[in-house]
Amino acid sequence: MTISRLLIANRGEIAVRIQRAARELGIKTIQVYSAADADSLAVRMADDAINIGPFQAAKSYLNIEAILAAARATGADAIHPGYGFLSENPVFADAVEAAGLIFVGPKGETIRTMGDKAAARGAAQRAGVPVVPGSEGRVAELVEARRLAEKIGFPVMIKASAGGGGRGIRIAETAEALGSSLDQAAAEARAAFGDGGLYLERFIGKARHIEVQILGDGVNAIHCYERDCSLQRRRQKVWEEAPGSALSPDVREALCASAVALARSVNYRGAGTLEYLYDEESRSFYFIEMNTRIQVEHPVTEMITGIDLVREMICIAGDEPLRYRQTDVRVSGHAIEVRINAEDGSRDFRPSPGKVAALQVPGGMGTRFDTLLYEGYTVSPFYDSLLGKLIVWDTSREMALRRLDRALGELKIDGVITTVPLLQRLAEAPEIRAGAFHTRWLEQWLMTSMKSQVMEQSNR
Amino acid sequence: MPKELLAPLPGVFYRKPAPDKPAYKSEGDIVAVGDVVGLIEVMKSFIEVHAEAGGKIVRFVVGDEEPIMAGQSLLEIE
Repeated sequence: MTISRLLIANRGEIAVRIQRAARELGIKTIQVYSAADADSLAVRMADDAINIGPFQAAKSYLNIEAILAAARATGADAIHPGYGFLSENPVFADAVEAAGLIFVGPKGETIRTMGDKAAARGAAQRAGVPVVPGSEGRVAELVEARRLAEKIGFPVMIKASAGGGGRGIRIAETAEALGSSLDQAAAEARAAFGDGGLYLERFIGKARHIEVQILGDGVNAIHCYERDCSLQRRRQKVWEEAPGSALSPDVREALCASAVALARSVNYRGAGTLEYLYDEESRSFYFIEMNTRIQVEHPVTEMITGIDLVREMICIAGDEPLRYRQTDVRVSGHAIEVRINAEDGSRDFRPSPGKVAALQVPGGMGTRFDTLLYEGYTVSPFYDSLLGKLIVWDTSREMALRRLDRALGELKIDGVITTVPLLQRLAEAPEIRAGAFHTRWLEQWLMTSMKSQVMEQSNR
Repeated sequence: MPKELLAPLPGVFYRKPAPDKPAYKSEGDIVAVGDVVGLIEVMKSFIEVHAEAGGKIVRFVVGDEEPIMAGQSLLEIE
């Protein structure tokens, strides 16, 4: 069944991005919006737009009934969920199909399996994909923990079974330290979660966050190579690159092949991303989780492969088989994306919504700006702070860095404080230029660079 | 003449630290400078709102979980 009217169940820059792909395929676009987004660029650009509720996401963009009612009222035949909101909600995917509509994404059961950490880990192991070595469940007592820790390898991370958000995590460097750390971790876990259950996992101190983009049609699957998303603050990605400059050709091949094996084993349909930790010292990669949707940073992959991932998602959802064979996917040059957020980098990333008085968008060869902004738009305080993504491509990483610097200099957003000055300083950091960083590097750099800024100011 | 406490940022005003917790302050409470009187949720971040003057809270102008504009009066202190 081909799609002729696509409803976009999202907002912001990704809604604009999806509309562009749909329009090029000759598909009419229907944009849902909350009362706070009536003036948004996505609403202005769409063929049709429909209000689905008040500003609260729970009553609009997360309201399954309201979205399905909007689809019926506007004659939509398919729904694209974008990222965030309902994109990885299996109940929504099932409800869309039960309503006789196409869900642009995998089947509900795939989302359910891959959304469950233990089930996803199991699926990866069955497909022969390496996972972070760990205890496979709770450890009962010290003797067992010692035996397991020796097998996993030190340092080990002790995690609370009932935990989350980094609480209840301890690191034991040696077998001697394990005993006291276990007791403390169990006590903490009991206090915090009412459950003292613990499990062990290998601690990787300096890991890269590497992820592989895949496309599947339910039978076949291919990869579109990897991205390095190691530059993060509070687990939010700030800067992404493709390809990953830390990987050797043989590691890249093994990594990408493992992603395809896992995608095939679950008969994956649509675009998806497998996230891995990569330990540069041992040149080992470990699967951590899968995202069953389009990702914010998908454009860097598009820039190095020339494949429009959102277009392919829509074609797959319209029941077309994959239009690329693995040998058709070739990497050219290097791409970098930086996230432009409405946050004040000099004031602990304090949000800064407001009205865009003037806007100057960067252009030129290999320069792309995916944004929700237009001149005169008032940035809403009710949703996340992402204003846009500046993506550059060039023939090498070094040239891409120069182009990024040039493009950041051209970008002017008056009326809103943004992370542009911070990104400009980041682009000049020697570690960034050398490509030598890991997942905790950015937070350390921010701490040091904040301190030196404060010193500079107090010396004046 | 009561003093108005104005919202430093736009967003959603909360009178409680969490849905199942009691309100930070109620009408009639005495507050000191710097006391937390509410939260503003802005772009998924939560910013504490502090009293800028000491005194008695005469009334809350904005209710719990209501959307607010920057510079809007949140409450009055006497």
